[in-house]
Amino acid sequence: MKLTDEQIERYSRQIILPDVGGKGQEKLLKGSVLIIGAGGLGSPAALYLACAGVGKIGIVDSDKVELNNLQRQILHSTDDVGRPKSESAKERLNNINGDVEVVPYHTRITSKNILDIIKGYDIIVDGSDNFPTRYLVNDACVISKKPLSHGGIFRFDGQAITILPGESACYRCLFHEPPPPGLVPSCQEAGILGAVAGIIGVIQANEALKYILGIGELLTGSLLVFNALDSSFRKVKVPMNPDCPVCGKNPAITELIDYEEFCQVRPRPAVDGSDR
Amino acid sequence: MAVKIKIPTPLQKLTGNKAEFISEGGNIRELIENLEKEYPGLKERLYDKEGKLRRFINIYVNEEDVRFLQRDATPLKDGDEVSIIPAIAGGGK
Ligand SMILES: [Zn+2]
Repeated sequence: MKLTDEQIERYSRQIILPDVGGKGQEKLLKGSVLIIGAGGLGSPAALYLACAGVGKIGIVDSDKVELNNLQRQILHSTDDVGRPKSESAKERLNNINGDVEVVPYHTRITSKNILDIIKGYDIIVDGSDNFPTRYLVNDACVISKKPLSHGGIFRFDGQAITILPGESACYRCLFHEPPPPGLVPSCQEAGILGAVAGIIGVIQANEALKYILGIGELLTGSLLVFNALDSSFRKVKVPMNPDCPVCGKNPAITELIDYEEFCQVRPRPAVDGSDR
Repeated sequence: MAVKIKIPTPLQKLTGNKAEFISEGGNIRELIENLEKEYPGLKERLYDKEGKLRRFINIYVNEEDVRFLQRDATPLKDGDEVSIIPAIAGGGK
């Protein structure tokens, strides 16, 4: 691959980075990232990956854009309300950078389709919004040995971890199984500031870029914990768990599981996060 | 042993919205028992009916997950920082 003059100009500020260079830019243009969820995490991640010239970006989302999404889902605009998010995302990313092939998947990710969808990508960015999808994505990535950047947010808290299956702890090494429905709040019920989602989503984009470029140290083997109220970041260690049900010595999970949907249908009454 | 304890957002309702405070305990179990006296309801968020730590909430002493130390028998010393970190699933969708 030879960079065009226009590409050299477009990406000049990252090409001049000693760790990137023309070679790194070529890696990015040949690279591919699948983003699951074009929401609060997926939006900023997709924008930075497209700007950086990642050659192929897949966007999985079964939802349509709603007005109340726009406060944080910066991929979409007022005119997009009512359109599938995957299509709105494709148009926006193509407008930013024509070098990027955007593949929209207007579908719900399930145990039936996930292995096929993730197959064609270098790394997966999980920006989904519920426990069943998060465990499904983790298990599918472990089973397919596909690198995964996990990010999650709840009100003013954020978490991120990168998973290299077989080499570093997976999400189940960290949290063995999802909580039963109702015990831990998730989904729409919590409320979020767009900027908090942005911080975690951009960390996920940065992990994907580092992975494709092969630079720095990935966020593997530790969980990054962010608190927006005191602007603190800290890391805790996440060793590989020999008893992990999916990547441990005797994995109990050898087939993908579709957990029961946790989210209750909107609208629901104001739910306090800690109530049972 | 005086340790600093960090409470995650979803449990702060039980601690009067306090995110961080000092508490006492020679090990994790003692600490949790002390916390339960002050903030009733916290314990059942951390332990299941069989009295085992729940599998979607972890407890860390400094940077170490107690599951890889001595679980709730993990000893504490003055100045340790104990954090409770639950799985969170939101994606801003
Ligand atoms: Zn694992």
